[in-house]
Amino acid sequence: MRLINRKPSRITAFALGAAPFVAVIVAYAVASHYRRLDNPADKLLPSLPDMASAFGRMAFTPDRRSGDLLLWMDTLDSLERLAAGMGISILLALSLGILIGFIPHVRASMAPFVATFSLIPPITVLPILFIIFGLGELSKVMLIVVGTAPVMIRSVAQAVMELPRELIIKAETLGASVWQMMMRVVLPQILPKLITAIRLGLVPAWIFLISAEAIASTSGLGYRIFLVRRYLAMDVILPYVIWITLLAFILDRLLLLASRKAFPWHHMQGESL
Amino acid sequence: MSAQPKVSVQNVAKIYAGTVVLERLDLDIAAGSLCTIVGASGCGKSTFLRMLLSQETPSRGRILIDGEPLPTEPTPDRGIVFQRYSVFPHLTVEENLILSAEFDAAPFSGKLRGAARTKAREEIAETLDRIGLSPARDRYPAQLSGGMQQRLAIAQALLKKPKILLLDEPFGALDPGIRADMQELLLELWRELSMTIFMVTHDIHEAFKLGTRVLVFDKIRHDPDAPDRWGATITYDLPLGRPGAQTIPDAKALFALKNTTRGDAPNA
Repeated sequence: MRLINRKPSRITAFALGAAPFVAVIVAYAVASHYRRLDNPADKLLPSLPDMASAFGRMAFTPDRRSGDLLLWMDTLDSLERLAAGMGISILLALSLGILIGFIPHVRASMAPFVATFSLIPPITVLPILFIIFGLGELSKVMLIVVGTAPVMIRSVAQAVMELPRELIIKAETLGASVWQMMMRVVLPQILPKLITAIRLGLVPAWIFLISAEAIASTSGLGYRIFLVRRYLAMDVILPYVIWITLLAFILDRLLLLASRKAFPWHHMQGESL
Repeated sequence: MSAQPKVSVQNVAKIYAGTVVLERLDLDIAAGSLCTIVGASGCGKSTFLRMLLSQETPSRGRILIDGEPLPTEPTPDRGIVFQRYSVFPHLTVEENLILSAEFDAAPFSGKLRGAARTKAREEIAETLDRIGLSPARDRYPAQLSGGMQQRLAIAQALLKKPKILLLDEPFGALDPGIRADMQELLLELWRELSMTIFMVTHDIHEAFKLGTRVLVFDKIRHDPDAPDRWGATITYDLPLGRPGAQTIPDAKALFALKNTTRGDAPNA
């Protein structure tokens, strides 16, 4: 049988999926073991138990100076910024995206501008944001908006334009106004695509969140890992990176789950990822 | 004028970027006709239908309905059923059918709630029964067979009581058995509602079985050096009277006729 026709069983698929993770962990453990044979105080590759205890300390032992549980405080602060930034981006993507995709005059006026704007490397506007909005929360939120909104607007507009023209014409023959078509035909049909756009937008959103926190902040996951970098505290940095990855993964899965629950008609037409 | 034609097509041509698709279309269609349109692929039959729908405008000439120029955009007086994408995939069968009532009653939200919604659902219950979709009322189109989807599409188009119903190869993707059932349903509805129907089909048997009038679109003039120079036009306009009166041999005879007239055309 050709390779392309052989499908792994559930157990095989799980084992194959887990293998790269296990391989990385084992490779790390071995490397760490030999480094610490040379120098028991090695900071670059701390042992797995060391990392576990450092992570436990961040999560469950109140900070000596402030009395806060640092991991949870950082997580909450970062997620708040992420939610605020993505919330604004989502509103922009829905309103502008639908107008650009649906109304030719708006498209003619806004599409070139959004396309140009989306090419600005967002980090380059960070100094401008700091100058305009100060070093507080707003500039970090705005960086996420600048980094995610243009692409999300474009993908929503594209989704609107890809709706079969037949459906729009059918709605016209059923007597719908432009507003009614937007509310009943266009919006509900692009919501699943919006969720996809959010899932894709979250990738750059995390990058800009961590960057902004690293540069100017006094709390947050990005702030923490760049702070402890000064002490070469790999036992904190590595678990934090894994924690951030886990948060991103959970958010992504939740969005997919929400999409399947809310838009069953969309997922009936055979789709994956 | 004693009997004004329902639809009057006057010297219409359609040209896309130098390519003549249709030219010299001249015809009057009486009210209550079931006009079937056949022709080879790419001969402009769907373009003709799109012009009747105001989805496209004629490059030359004009189209009148009841003596009035066609509106410049699709309006509820002309219903449409496409081969695909005719029903809304995000709405259940029932929601698809109450949608036009919702557009009428709720200008802002386009959505009915509570008692008004219940009433709208009651109003379409009979339609649901009629098209045999009562048991499937809460299903999404993706869960329906092709025939069920097209029954839904036709019912949805008829709810606005259009004077003219346009059908663009509505049964083209269906199995032969289901296709025959759908043809019966269409004839029943046509007799009941006394609409004028235009139906594009690539199936000449279907055209003769259903039509009271069959229009055959074809290119009659060919220029081998400039294939875009001449467009298709109506080469046969056959009034048949009652649908079903014609039998298949006529269709065969027609094709034989076509082949002889086309014999001198290069690459025909």
